[in-house]
Amino acid sequence: MADLQKLYDAVLNGDAKTAVAVTREAIAENIDPLQLISGTMVPAMDEVGKRYEEEEYFVSELLLSARAMKGSLELLRPLLAERGAKPTGTVAIGTVKGDLHDIGKNLVASLLEGGGFEVIDLGADVPPEKFIEAVREKGAQIVCPSALLTVTMPSMKTTIEALNRAGVREQVRVLVGGAPATQQYADDIGADGYGESASNAVAMARRMCGVK
Amino acid sequence: MSRLLSLFSSGLVITDGAWGTEFQKRGLAIGEPADVWNLTRPADVEAVARSYVEAGSRVILTNTFRGNPVALSAHGQGDRAVAINRRGAELSKQQSAAGVRVFASLGPTGKVMATGEIDEQRVTDGFRIQAEALADGGADVLLFETFSDVEEARLAVQAAKPTGLPIIVSFAFDSGRNKDRTMMGVTPETAARAMVEEGVDAIGANCGAGPESFAQICRRLKDASGLPVWIKPNAGMPSLEAGQAVYTMTADTFASHLPALIEAGASFLGGCCGTSPEFVCALVRAAASCVSS
Repeated sequence: MADLQKLYDAVLNGDAKTAVAVTREAIAENIDPLQLISGTMVPAMDEVGKRYEEEEYFVSELLLSARAMKGSLELLRPLLAERGAKPTGTVAIGTVKGDLHDIGKNLVASLLEGGGFEVIDLGADVPPEKFIEAVREKGAQIVCPSALLTVTMPSMKTTIEALNRAGVREQVRVLVGGAPATQQYADDIGADGYGESASNAVAMARRMCGVK
Repeated sequence: MSRLLSLFSSGLVITDGAWGTEFQKRGLAIGEPADVWNLTRPADVEAVARSYVEAGSRVILTNTFRGNPVALSAHGQGDRAVAINRRGAELSKQQSAAGVRVFASLGPTGKVMATGEIDEQRVTDGFRIQAEALADGGADVLLFETFSDVEEARLAVQAAKPTGLPIIVSFAFDSGRNKDRTMMGVTPETAARAMVEEGVDAIGANCGAGPESFAQICRRLKDASGLPVWIKPNAGMPSLEAGQAVYTMTADTFASHLPALIEAGASFLGGCCGTSPEFVCALVRAAASCVSS
């Protein structure tokens, strides 16, 4: 039988090879993919998040764990689709216009995927129109603009203003994040939430979709 | 005396302040890579270099922080990397007066090696191309700044070694409760030991925090490496005014940290984000009164 503790440890230790190998075994044994995600991988990522909060882990460890989880998810996704499993929600994420820094954005995107979300990754240097398009055409329920630089942070505000002008602001929740962002800033620009860290962003997104 | 310190006549060397924020004052659009101005708006680049020389900087950098071909490619400018870097070094060199040295600025690739986002060969090639172009343009020293990953820094140093120029590597310690880890979790000791192994001429810390957290970092880098230490703090942390980030620390407050940094063993002292020629003037004044008192 597939060793789920081994999968948990592989995600926790950022060992993508083992994570994928154990997932393959589990699939061969017809294990419920949802159970594998919510029972093993999500708790592992929660522990990764906890270690990050406690400064035992830093960004490199987070990235490696996210990569391990992603490898496993790629195998599980088709099975989830077959069973008609619905994602927790649909999120459009991107680094705002003028900013090319994507390490933090990629991390949050990976963790959201791990949290069961369908993630539309718009990339970096994303103009507001792209976010609007993701809401209108792809049904994004949450929009996540990210910025690393203090000089590009105002693009988060212009993104929200553009959502307003396009008349789609009411149908989405806006969750902002990035090194210079603060709760105060999120409040000032009319965002619905602020993700203080990558794992916190996932918790916020879950709450926004009515999932604990 | 080390070949790096022998470039200078005496004691603490006051370097320069931020360039990016100076370019923004001159109309650099958000998201536009400043490095391209070396080719398109050289007069503005020269003006910033000159402003630091006039303020009393004995080291000025080059407008090449994002000049790595990997970083420039993200802007569709990868094929201009050699010209941008060589010209960047030439522009600073032309403005450097007697006794002023040009340290070429090289930032990280912006890609993460640990996750396989970029391989070693591309990292090495990128730094080699940039370092050679900066050396051709007349740089006196190569300064790798704002690094967070030790492995990337090792490859950068190895790629730059063949130029024969002195090398400094400066890390951004912006993470952890005490602001003594890089984003990747690297401590000053880990960074220092790795860079000593690579044979660099100096080690440093820049960006990520205001001057108050740099004395302890400086001391730890010095103790762990025995090398000259390069220090460039931000002008505090920015506060938000009407949605815009504003650095509110004054030049004099910034410069008031100078004695503690000298005490901690700093050999080079300047400013990162939010600092300006005014900050350099304040540092020069503080250094003079430190010597006379």
